[in-house]
Amino acid sequence: MRGIAERMLPVLAPPLMLAGCTGWQSALDVHGASAINLKHLIILIVTVCSIVWALVMIALIAALWHHRDRRELAVSLDPRRERRMTITVAAAVAATVVIISVFTVLSFFTTRALSLAGNDDLTIKVRGLQWWWGVEYFGSAPDQRFETANEIHIPVGRNVRLQLEGIDVIHSFWAPSLAGKQDLVPGRPNELMIRAERAGTYRGQCAEFCGLQHAHMAFFVVAEEQPIFDEWVRLQRQNAATSSDAEVTAGQQVFLSKQCAACHAIRGTSASGTTGPDLTHIGSRKYIAAGLFETTRGSLAAWIADPQTLKPGNNMPMVPLNPEELRSISAYLASLK
Amino acid sequence: MRISLVFLSVAVATAGCQREERQLRLDPPVAAALDNIALMPNGISGAPPEAYFALDKPYESNAYNLNQGKRLYSWFGCKACHADGQGGIGPAFLDGWWNYGPEMVSVFASIRDGRPHGMPAFRDKMTTEQIWQLAGYVRTIGAYSAKTAAPSRNDAKHTRPSENRAPAALLFDQGPTPVHPDQGPTP
Repeated sequence: MRGIAERMLPVLAPPLMLAGCTGWQSALDVHGASAINLKHLIILIVTVCSIVWALVMIALIAALWHHRDRRELAVSLDPRRERRMTITVAAAVAATVVIISVFTVLSFFTTRALSLAGNDDLTIKVRGLQWWWGVEYFGSAPDQRFETANEIHIPVGRNVRLQLEGIDVIHSFWAPSLAGKQDLVPGRPNELMIRAERAGTYRGQCAEFCGLQHAHMAFFVVAEEQPIFDEWVRLQRQNAATSSDAEVTAGQQVFLSKQCAACHAIRGTSASGTTGPDLTHIGSRKYIAAGLFETTRGSLAAWIADPQTLKPGNNMPMVPLNPEELRSISAYLASLK
Repeated sequence: MRISLVFLSVAVATAGCQREERQLRLDPPVAAALDNIALMPNGISGAPPEAYFALDKPYESNAYNLNQGKRLYSWFGCKACHADGQGGIGPAFLDGWWNYGPEMVSVFASIRDGRPHGMPAFRDKMTTEQIWQLAGYVRTIGAYSAKTAAPSRNDAKHTRPSENRAPAALLFDQGPTPVHPDQGPTP
């Protein structure tokens, strides 16, 4: 029985490992125009290189085998054999040069196509901060501008230009299913064109070590059909929801009177801080704290109660709140759909 | 003999791995205790709480805290009135002239409770720990002696000597004759 399992292991292991190639954050599970191009390039190069490697190995084994039982003197040269060997080596060198040249030209054209992905239909500003992402949408008028965090909604099949800006240190924007990496360098605006071919949620994360919580700096690109996207934009442009619920109103009072409002903005209230993420519609976002938890009232409360234990070193301070205040403030934030 | 020498050199070498500790999470009771400063009746000078000494004055000598203070200085808009320490609408820090004395408690109290003639209170905008960090940083701007711990350098062009280069003797200004002779030392 154990023998069978042992024999099956080499057969089962590769498919199991390949299962890790799919998912919402994989350069091999592609849903964006530039990621598809890159995947084709990767597969072509890996295939050709594998074939070359196999041929070299076969030639090496053949050479070793061939020479096993012949003990000729090196001086006894056979002219015909020498000529044959010269041709073989020359052909191998020529093949190497050709293959590498083709790879170079292909890489050049593939990467050039990434930066010239046509005109953009939408421009979004993405700021990288320790350790979250600020996302800013524009409109035809200043009052149509709005901010959100860690969640980028885009329409399917449209070219979206991301203006990337590093605020404190160098970060790198990487959503493997959609596009390659692009760095966010302080003082040097960068751009990246993305285009989702299929609707879905794609995870990305910072790909440049940026400090203590680099590993907890994720973001989500949500690709939606145009009408759903338009509706989302319409809702995001609105001010924060108001409620007559007593607990929610109390939570708003606590939020505005405590330290929260100094760093966070909630449009429609007096909270207008810019240091932390905009919380106007935090209840509608899927995750909080750059992908650390799903947004629930419980996770919001846990985060507010002790952010330095959940994500040590982040810039959210521990604000002293009593249990009553914590309960109402989490109810308020969860209500901000 | 040789073995012990090897051990000794390894021990000396590993001592170099010792790194300044970053206190990322201040226990709420400690934070509450740090809020209890004793200020003189005239609002100038006083004594920090026991907890401050128990922690070994972390907001004056710890580079991480000084650096957090530097970030808070720009995040909370101190530059709007005090510029980079040169002053403007508000008093300068670089000149070494402290209106309420150079002690940490005085600076802490100025930030937390505000002062007459325009300094707002940050009690409801910053936590106690943040106020201590900011106070520590503000004091390095016009410090009378250089420190071994310093916040990180500016990314932008420096408009004045960096924080660990104190005292910037050229910029020190004795200021008006002290109203209160107990306002602390002069550079």
